[in-house]
Amino acid sequence: MSADEIKIRMAEYGVVEAPGRLVTIGLGSCVGITLYDPRSRVGGMIHVMLPENKKGLKPAKYADTGLPLLVDELEDEGAKRSRLVAKIAGGAAMFSISDNSSLNVGERNVEKVRQILNDMDVEIAGEDVGEDYGRTMKFSAEDGEVVVSSHKKGEITL
Amino acid sequence: MSEDILESLDDMARDALKEIGNIGAGNAATAFAQFLDRKIDMTVPSVNIIPLAEAQEITGDSSQLVAGVMLKVMGEAPATILFLLPPESVENLVGMVADKEVSFEELDEVDISALEEIVNILSGSYLNALNRMTGFNLVQSVPDCAVDMAGAILSTSLIPVGKTSDYTLLIDTQFIDQGEKIEGYFMLIPHADSLQKILNELGFDL
Repeated sequence: MSADEIKIRMAEYGVVEAPGRLVTIGLGSCVGITLYDPRSRVGGMIHVMLPENKKGLKPAKYADTGLPLLVDELEDEGAKRSRLVAKIAGGAAMFSISDNSSLNVGERNVEKVRQILNDMDVEIAGEDVGEDYGRTMKFSAEDGEVVVSSHKKGEITL
Repeated sequence: MSEDILESLDDMARDALKEIGNIGAGNAATAFAQFLDRKIDMTVPSVNIIPLAEAQEITGDSSQLVAGVMLKVMGEAPATILFLLPPESVENLVGMVADKEVSFEELDEVDISALEEIVNILSGSYLNALNRMTGFNLVQSVPDCAVDMAGAILSTSLIPVGKTSDYTLLIDTQFIDQGEKIEGYFMLIPHADSLQKILNELGFDL
């Protein structure tokens, strides 16, 4: 209860052990992913903006280069890859202009995240993705609980 | 590399961009004032180059509910224009234009159209100034409005620049109408590759 929340900003990631908490604010088309090992009670969160890192830019900005980073860091902190469960939020289409593929990026982000988690054999235990509204994602390493809040839907527990 | 441009922009180039912001925003403020038939003040534009991680908080609390109107700028130097307004300002501004009581919680299609039209006018005059200075033929898309948390609107508007850089350049101005308590952030976000083109046109050899 007393643990402070650590803020994960866009294109960043972080890892905590129980009772640590993580939060990322304002997921639009970006996707927030939490990974949690219930046995060691170590968990992490990443806030990715785009699906694929084709130009060798900041790894944590992208689903394909960010998720492996997060898994490595979790393993360093004592988590076991085979026990990790994922929860994801975000990937919305905030604007309705549809003539630009970049505005469909939310959907592509979610798709890529799913594919990479699948490739890593990590199960997705909960998700609140898509639609057209922004989300804030809060994670507790106490029990791996994720609470997604939005102006439109209030709070959803994953 | 576009990445290097954003990281290594010198003071002179920054000043040139600030001047673009100044003239562009000045033009927009004039159009705004004429449209509303009242005095509109603007702050001196700031030119910020910041890591994307910091960009969600440039207008303050990123979880705050705001209205954001976005336009794509197309042509020689693609960019994104974003106008962010807090709830009270939306109510006052749309109320003034539509001449009625407006509730932010219950914005209807007509209110949203009014807001989009205002941003259309502002962006048009901003781009006119930019076109005159550079000789470009930049055109704008139709505006699109989202009402949601500031951070979610900002991050989504930064996707195009995020594709080619880990930093973003923001030329932003605040418009203020003291009497009616209208304030809003008007941002020009050039895509990383556009920056070099704009600066080249202004005589910088990058």
